[in-house]
Amino acid sequence: MPLVTWFKRHLVVIAGLLTLAYLLLPNVIVTVFSFNKPKGRFNYQWQQFSTDAWKDPCGVADMCGSLSISLQIAVWATVGATVLGTMIAFALVRYRFRARGAINSLIFLPMAMPEVVMAASLLTLFLNMGAQLGFMTILIAHIMFCLSFVVTAVKARVMSMDPRLEEAARDLYAGPVQTFLRVTLPIAAPGIAAGALLSFALSFDDFIITNFNAGSTVTFPMFVWGSAQRGTPVQINVIGTAMFLVAVLFVLVSMFITNRRNSQKA
Amino acid sequence: MSTLTEAPPPLAPAESAKKPPRKRGRFTPYWLLLPGILWLVVFFALPMIYQASTSVQTGSLEQGYKVTWHFVTYWNALSEYWPQFLRSVFYAAAATLLCLALGYPLAYLIAFRAGRWKNLIMILVIAPFFTSFLIRTLAWKTILADNGPVVHTLNSLHILDLTNWLGWTAGDRVLATPLAVVCGLTYNFLPFMILPLYTSLERIDGRLHEAAGDLYAKPWTTFRKVTFPLSMPGVISGTLLTFIPAAGDYVNAELLGSTDTRMIGNVIQTQFLRILDYPTAAALSFILMAAILAMVTIYIRRAGTEDLV
Repeated sequence: MPLVTWFKRHLVVIAGLLTLAYLLLPNVIVTVFSFNKPKGRFNYQWQQFSTDAWKDPCGVADMCGSLSISLQIAVWATVGATVLGTMIAFALVRYRFRARGAINSLIFLPMAMPEVVMAASLLTLFLNMGAQLGFMTILIAHIMFCLSFVVTAVKARVMSMDPRLEEAARDLYAGPVQTFLRVTLPIAAPGIAAGALLSFALSFDDFIITNFNAGSTVTFPMFVWGSAQRGTPVQINVIGTAMFLVAVLFVLVSMFITNRRNSQKA
Repeated sequence: MSTLTEAPPPLAPAESAKKPPRKRGRFTPYWLLLPGILWLVVFFALPMIYQASTSVQTGSLEQGYKVTWHFVTYWNALSEYWPQFLRSVFYAAAATLLCLALGYPLAYLIAFRAGRWKNLIMILVIAPFFTSFLIRTLAWKTILADNGPVVHTLNSLHILDLTNWLGWTAGDRVLATPLAVVCGLTYNFLPFMILPLYTSLERIDGRLHEAAGDLYAKPWTTFRKVTFPLSMPGVISGTLLTFIPAAGDYVNAELLGSTDTRMIGNVIQTQFLRILDYPTAAALSFILMAAILAMVTIYIRRAGTEDLV
């Protein structure tokens, strides 16, 4: 086959793979530079291979502390947003009531608002209330912006659920609690899990809203931001690489489990 | 987003209409909604009102602020910072178009051509999300560095001469120029374009492509007349999901840009957190919000998909 014809036929694949490369390039750089031994404060130029940073990931002052604060906030924000969001999603799908339209737009708006606007307006609220900025104000903000994403994820799942399954459970004399725990919840679980995972990722990674409402509390993204001016330690790349690997591993394991479950059913 | 807004299966309302609502459940939806909605009202809607009120206040940090309906703040803010506003819209629009151009082939590849690699490619699109986006943005400093391979390649291909002439780059460097900022914005918001595009492409029946082929449509015609129109919901939600956050972003402009590439987000951040001029900062962020809402409304009207939200 002439080269031009081959190229034409696979144009979409080539373009798609180039985009994928563009998406992954920074991750490759982060991984490679986690093995660097920089000369100065900045880890932007390749100097020498070294595993020092991997052996001592917490060797930088305050970094692991900020990491632990971020993890705590992400866990609590995920719990809060998932519980509140799941409740809203069930109410919206399962019940007809007044003000449904207004509530739907109240849930949509935070996702359609530039982060900096939400961040700034929350700060004016906290300043007016005289609230002490810190862990709690960050947590409040994170639950607020994660909530909408949980609602949309759970809603999608509950909507595609066959209501006859629950009726069948009731016909078989399951009580409301039993029906909910043994039928409704397991079916909605993938949606809830997706919402929770998204919340965790969004909260853990949030910088803009946190930057406005953190006071003197330093989360991991804020630590990275600060170090970008002072000089980035190699350990930041180690954490970045580790996070990427954990995410890939997590997805692979969950895919493996679903595949096995599906094949067991079949 | 469009998958999430589909109408409920026709079965559900019909079933519930048949049965009278049980009395015990009459207030259930309200109890379910109360905590979450209260949270959104107090920490999302109320702050907007506070912000509106702050924007028409005068005073100083030491003596306190009072509402004086001082609308001049808006005028002053606009006349001083309109270049940053324009720049934000321009950069965000450029990044959105680039995202569409880059994201479409990848979404198409995942939906129709990937075969058994589909899941792996999906993972590779989503997984970078979990590496802090600040770390990844900083990596672009290495990639675009002055003596780096990108600058060398562009230079030897004489592309830099062209971009210098267009004003996108300056003096043989890419970092700290508009090109770097737009590149960072495109990179950071690309997944938000790919995922909705993929969902709407995925839903297209493959037999439509076959039918188009049977009717002697060339691949390009098939794409133009069948695939692309059917993927419009994905295109619309994808462009919104990239344009809105990109217009308010200040991280890319700060890390990859210079003082000449400041966007409105940078101005708001500086006013709020460093200069502590709250009325001006609130007015700026209000103008940004209004501008984006207006643009989005016009765009959705034009695109003709009101059932999006």
